[in-house]
Amino acid sequence: MSDPRRIAIVPAYREERAIAGVVAEIRAFDPGLDVVVVDDGSGDGTAAAARSAGAAVVRLPFNLGIGGAVQTGFKYALAHGYDLAVRLDGDGQHDPTELPKLIEPVLAGSADIVVGSRFAQADADYRAPLARRLGIGLFARIVSLLVGQRVTDTTSGFQALNRKGIALFAADYPHDYPEVEATVMVVRHELRLLEVPVRMREREHGRSSITAVRSLYYVVKVLLALFVGLFRRRVVPVDQL
Amino acid sequence: MTPVRVSIAASIASILLILIVLELIRSRRLRERYALLWLATGVVLLVLSAWRGGLDTIAGWVGVTGYPPAVLFAVATLFILVVLLHYSTVLSRLSDQNAILAQRLALLEEQVRDQEAAAAAGERGGAPAGRPTA
Repeated sequence: MSDPRRIAIVPAYREERAIAGVVAEIRAFDPGLDVVVVDDGSGDGTAAAARSAGAAVVRLPFNLGIGGAVQTGFKYALAHGYDLAVRLDGDGQHDPTELPKLIEPVLAGSADIVVGSRFAQADADYRAPLARRLGIGLFARIVSLLVGQRVTDTTSGFQALNRKGIALFAADYPHDYPEVEATVMVVRHELRLLEVPVRMREREHGRSSITAVRSLYYVVKVLLALFVGLFRRRVVPVDQL
Repeated sequence: MTPVRVSIAASIASILLILIVLELIRSRRLRERYALLWLATGVVLLVLSAWRGGLDTIAGWVGVTGYPPAVLFAVATLFILVVLLHYSTVLSRLSDQNAILAQRLALLEEQVRDQEAAAAAGERGGAPAGRPTA
């Protein structure tokens, strides 16, 4: 793989103000990195803004939620034969200049999926609401236990994956709060997971899609999914990834 | 012992349920596969309502000694729970399929757009073979 085909998957929901900047920033960082924006049924100018910024745009006819939107991106990457996919959020909180930290281990073949963690280093300065931090901490402990390696940020959508990771997530990806379950899925399918410390920015526009009230629902829902997932058969046989 | 009036009333209610379900199937407002559970509910309730000795026997098995028709309520409740659970699985499957369809539609739209753009670019740059230009 001298020149692997690379794509950035950017899920976006009502990000018409931020999305053009996000796309431009990614393209400026690496012109060889194609960008596909998945417009999750925004119904505003998100798709048009992304398209005029030079991204391919896949428009969902209605809102599927983050899991369904991200999976659409993986399906796109799989169908177009990309070797490597990175995922960045459409609100600009993921800084493209941090991408080499994610991409290099995948290109070097030392990991199948690399996740950027806000908490992997001691001087992490990421601020989040208390309820959210508690949830993140709880999941980090549980997931670390389940996958048998230390994971500090199970809710990070800042990731890089190789073909195996793309194929797995195109075949199956969890719904509304996907990263926690996805982390466990990855390890269950015997893919190699690596966490690297990254910096993330405060959100530029819009609000997080996860409000405080819904957090509790998500915690319970994800715990249930994790527990039941332990008794689930593999979606894709390991040798087919 | 189950009172006769209870048996009659419960039998009529069960028959009504069965008839309504059959009519819904006939008028194509209910698919057979979803009607089967309802029909089973109606038939079981009808049998238990009409066959009074049977209801008393079953009540004896499960320890309902005071008032055998209570078993009718229990059985009806159980069937309704099963029907509801079944509907939850149907809903889950439909929403999964719905998401898959939405994704496939979105990907196909992008593909069509892509091909149209490529075709348009092909027409602009140089005359396409076999097609006379005006």
